[in-house]
Amino acid sequence: MVTYIIRRLIAAVLMLVVVSIVTFSIFFVVPRLAGVTATDFANRYVGSKGATAETVVALADKLGFNDPLTVQYGRWVKGIVAGSDFDTGASIEHCPAPCFGYSFITKTPVWPELLDRLPVTVSLAIGASVIWLVAGVSTGVLSALRRGSFFDRAAMGVALAGVSLPIFFTGMMSLVFFSYKLGITAPGRSYTSFVDDPVRWAYNLILPWITLAFLYAAVYARLTRAGMLETMGEDYIRTARAKGLREPTVIVKHGLRGALTPIITIFGMDVGLLLGGAILTETTFSLPGLGKYAVQAISANDLPKIMGVTMLVAFFVVMANLLVDLLYAVVDPRVRLR
Amino acid sequence: MTAPLDVSGDEQHAAPEAVSQGAGAKAIQGRSLGQIAWTRLKRDKVAMGGAGVVVFLILAAVFAPVVVGWFGHPPNEFHQEMIDTLTMQPKGGTGISADFLFGVEPVNGRDLFSRVVYGARISLLVAFLATLLSVVIGSIMGVVAGYFGGWVDALISRLMDVFLAFPLLVFALSLVGVLGQFETQLAIKGDTLRILLLVFIIGFFNWPYIGRIIRGQTLSLREREFVDAARSIGARGPYILFREILPNLIAPILIYATLLIPSNVLFEAALSFLGVGIQPPTATWGGMLAAAVKYYTVPHFMFFPGMAIFITVLAFNLFGDGLRDALDPRSSR
Repeated sequence: MVTYIIRRLIAAVLMLVVVSIVTFSIFFVVPRLAGVTATDFANRYVGSKGATAETVVALADKLGFNDPLTVQYGRWVKGIVAGSDFDTGASIEHCPAPCFGYSFITKTPVWPELLDRLPVTVSLAIGASVIWLVAGVSTGVLSALRRGSFFDRAAMGVALAGVSLPIFFTGMMSLVFFSYKLGITAPGRSYTSFVDDPVRWAYNLILPWITLAFLYAAVYARLTRAGMLETMGEDYIRTARAKGLREPTVIVKHGLRGALTPIITIFGMDVGLLLGGAILTETTFSLPGLGKYAVQAISANDLPKIMGVTMLVAFFVVMANLLVDLLYAVVDPRVRLR
Repeated sequence: MTAPLDVSGDEQHAAPEAVSQGAGAKAIQGRSLGQIAWTRLKRDKVAMGGAGVVVFLILAAVFAPVVVGWFGHPPNEFHQEMIDTLTMQPKGGTGISADFLFGVEPVNGRDLFSRVVYGARISLLVAFLATLLSVVIGSIMGVVAGYFGGWVDALISRLMDVFLAFPLLVFALSLVGVLGQFETQLAIKGDTLRILLLVFIIGFFNWPYIGRIIRGQTLSLREREFVDAARSIGARGPYILFREILPNLIAPILIYATLLIPSNVLFEAALSFLGVGIQPPTATWGGMLAAAVKYYTVPHFMFFPGMAIFITVLAFNLFGDGLRDALDPRSSR
């Protein structure tokens, strides 16, 4: 067990290193290959301040865009691990670890901003994931048990529609209908911190939760149904019935347990991804979370911010995968042997 | 893969008659896997309905200028006469009439019908090309990993894990954003550049899904008797790969390609919605939805492009599910 955990941990760290290299490449190597020069990079950092050509060339040098790529990568990683200093012109800003960079456009370090946005995204992800897990899995199980019934057909029809609808469309239509026409839910742009007012927090988030959960619940219902149909046909289910177990026990303890293992994997990955910013949901409902932050950073050309948020998402995904792997080892002893 | 015995439906009745008549009137003909699948697919009304809609959409996209010529106005033509100058909203709420089938946009009064039809072009083009790219990369990587095994397999499998763990949308968003902003330094420009970028990014990040499936299939095919037989008569690697294994992979490749198209349609719409896809004034469904956000008092503006996405994705999903059921005899619903 211990060796398994250690192996998984090493794999997770390696994964993060690979992701950091890819992230760095996307922002610094790929544009280079497309013919972008160091001066262009410096121009992006300056933003729309309208600096003279000489200043930009000097800045490119100062920010190290002319250094070899490996040196630039090393400097970026060092900042994340150990922190670094930034010369903003007027003063030298110290940016403690984890330093995901310093935005020269808004003159702020990235990390505190990320921390600021995190609670919004976490609230959205947790609420939605609880709803979709309960709704999706129970619908899937019921559909599988009553295969071919009216309920099964209706539920699978709705689920198929659910996976075919883009979240920004359902989100916008539900905003128009429930918030602006009926006035029973909060309009877009509403967010209250849980600490300030838990009731308001839930009221403001209920529509985003349901919209987001609907999409995932559809996917989970389809997966659970398929999984249940497969496991309920296994020999051990027949054995369980043959030894006289009551049907609910057979379904929950034997059937569902087997069907849920793949669901756990996908759930882990989905939540991990969402924690890094439910980009489309946050944009549709104008929630100030990490996803919205990423979109704003991209439209403002703010490189350090984009890289910071990308790395944070990757971190969450890798952590979620790690957790799922460890959970697997606890649930299913065979996994440890691999 | 052996031919599945399909004795349901009309064949069941056909067989005894054929026996009683001996080899008389009609000789019993062997049917290929493809023919069997086609018979099954034809019986699946839902899948055929999906296929019909898909064909209709493709035709509408290909002949968009003709369709718009008949039923609409050029997609970027302003119709200020349709707009109430006080509210900047379409006259009569939506502007829907025989002349403007889906009504007009607020402010500048562009024909929504034409824009939805032209949006299908971008949507389908990007989705098809991106799927093609994913399928080509995924199939090659999957077959190579599954067939050669050993360190090659280990390397490719790791690579697929890395890709699958990537926050796809964030990366795609950043990459399109980054490259798009350096447009002035690049050789290709405008819509062509954007379409190529979208195809490359959507296609490049999606290959591991197909790769994994193909790898698994190849692993089991490699151990089959007919491969041993080919090897025993002296066939070498490339021959076995292309003549023995690849033909057996066509079914899974076809199924997952069909199911990847709708998810790519959604992906393209999402990127356009977030403003990093094809840039206005070119009409895209995602871009239209993004523009409609500001005009929630005229919901028809978001309704039509949204429904276009929904119908397209649903049709492909229905057809893909049907295709899977038809090609894979083990699957049952």
